[in-house]
Amino acid sequence: MAPHASRLTDNAVAIRDLVRGFNGRTVLDGIDLDIRRGEFVALLGRSGSGKSTLLRALADLDHDVVGTGRLEAPVNKSVVFQDARLLPWKRVLDNVILGLSDAGAAARGTSALAEVGLAGRETAWPVELSGGEQQRVALARSLVRDPALLLADEPFGALDALTRLRMHDLLRQLCARHQPAVLLVTHDVDEAISLADRVLVLEEGRIISDIAIELPEPRDHGDPQFARIRADLLARLGVH
Amino acid sequence: MSAFYADTGTAPKTARIARKPIASGALVDQRARSRRLGPGKEIPYAGLLGPALLIAFWTLGSATGFIDQRTLSAPWTVGVTAVDLIADGRLQSNLITSAWRAIQGLAFGIVIGTVLALVSGLSRWGEAIIDGPIQIKRAVPTLALIPLLILWFGIGEGMKVTVITLSVIIPIYIHTHNGLRSIDNRYVELAETLRMGHTEFIRQVVLPGALPGFLLGLRFAVTAAYLSLVVVEQINATSGLGYMIELARTYGQTSIILVGLVVYAILGLASDGIVKLIAKRTLSWRRTLAD
Repeated sequence: MAPHASRLTDNAVAIRDLVRGFNGRTVLDGIDLDIRRGEFVALLGRSGSGKSTLLRALADLDHDVVGTGRLEAPVNKSVVFQDARLLPWKRVLDNVILGLSDAGAAARGTSALAEVGLAGRETAWPVELSGGEQQRVALARSLVRDPALLLADEPFGALDALTRLRMHDLLRQLCARHQPAVLLVTHDVDEAISLADRVLVLEEGRIISDIAIELPEPRDHGDPQFARIRADLLARLGVH
Repeated sequence: MSAFYADTGTAPKTARIARKPIASGALVDQRARSRRLGPGKEIPYAGLLGPALLIAFWTLGSATGFIDQRTLSAPWTVGVTAVDLIADGRLQSNLITSAWRAIQGLAFGIVIGTVLALVSGLSRWGEAIIDGPIQIKRAVPTLALIPLLILWFGIGEGMKVTVITLSVIIPIYIHTHNGLRSIDNRYVELAETLRMGHTEFIRQVVLPGALPGFLLGLRFAVTAAYLSLVVVEQINATSGLGYMIELARTYGQTSIILVGLVVYAILGLASDGIVKLIAKRTLSWRRTLAD
């Protein structure tokens, strides 16, 4: 982590001219991005646009790529993957507090599980949970660390439509309570509009749009303004 | 051939007719039915049926004189011999000697095999140094090393335990190493994002992830240990089950040979059962897959 004096900004995330490439192909081509503390940013883009590469760069998971640029992110960040990625040989509570060794971890883990609506399932094995429940455990695992930055890589992509809507509500509540900065990578335009303060569109490794969503909460998918933003974003994604 | 085709041609029709009453609300048979194309219903105590039939054949054959006593002693003779061997203490003392050799060899082999697998599985340098020699050792049957080991260690307990240890190391190493290397990369990524330290990563992710492989290796290792035990005890021993059998061969005592074989069978089945039980306990997180 860079010393405070040399920080680019006071934001949670600051990225300047980030370039990443795989096998001679440029995936991210000069990204500039700031995310304020507590801000919820959704990142839209077609597959192959570089969404996941950007998220993996922020998560320090891109040691196998070549690149340049400056990137500042808090040390205290956590990642929610598309698969819940629970260790099958650990019970639910042990998965939530995985890697935490302080005395209060178990108690905080239990309350995090209660927050995601899984009170009483502490001793279940991951295989005994449904896909939605597993993803809620993954959310609890992130929250229990009280992250300054939450990185979510299409976290609801594998869930059915109903479960996904319920997870949106849950995520909205949790973010309101814990106030992390969020970068949500998604290909679901409605998901982005209904959750985010700002929606970015990534195309061929560049951010081509940066739209602030100023709709009142809760956001109604049928609202004409919602529909206008959706049509606008779809147009920018090349879907008409 | 034509009849066969005619049969299959009509089969779908009859099936449709048979199903009709159910569809129209007739009472459905609630008894558990076996799968139409499956092997049939489960038979109670199916595992014991085959052995019981064999013993029945053996008993009948011996009673009627169909089986020559000099070729294969009658079951009751074997029983009487077993009682005699137990009464004069020979069976117990030989069994304890053999079991002790097997346990020592297994213990050394498991520890050495696991440590080698961990070092080789967790570091590129470890693999570069360890994996080659192990693969070479794997290509040479342990039993082929016996002459060399006799020259080195003599014919005492040291040589016997070494042979068993060497034969145990290989399956433990191969399967544990394989288990380690096939741990999902996604879990490694997860551990990185949770900022786990090296020790913790090994404790929470690597060891439990490699456990199924280790236990599979353990089952092979137990079999390998008995195989080596039998061989070393028949070559240069003055005690143990193998020695008892070898001595009986010299005097043509078929019944003692049979008692020894039965004890080997019991030992083998019992230890395999123990390993399976350990697996069931420690892998309970996969129980929905296993059962």
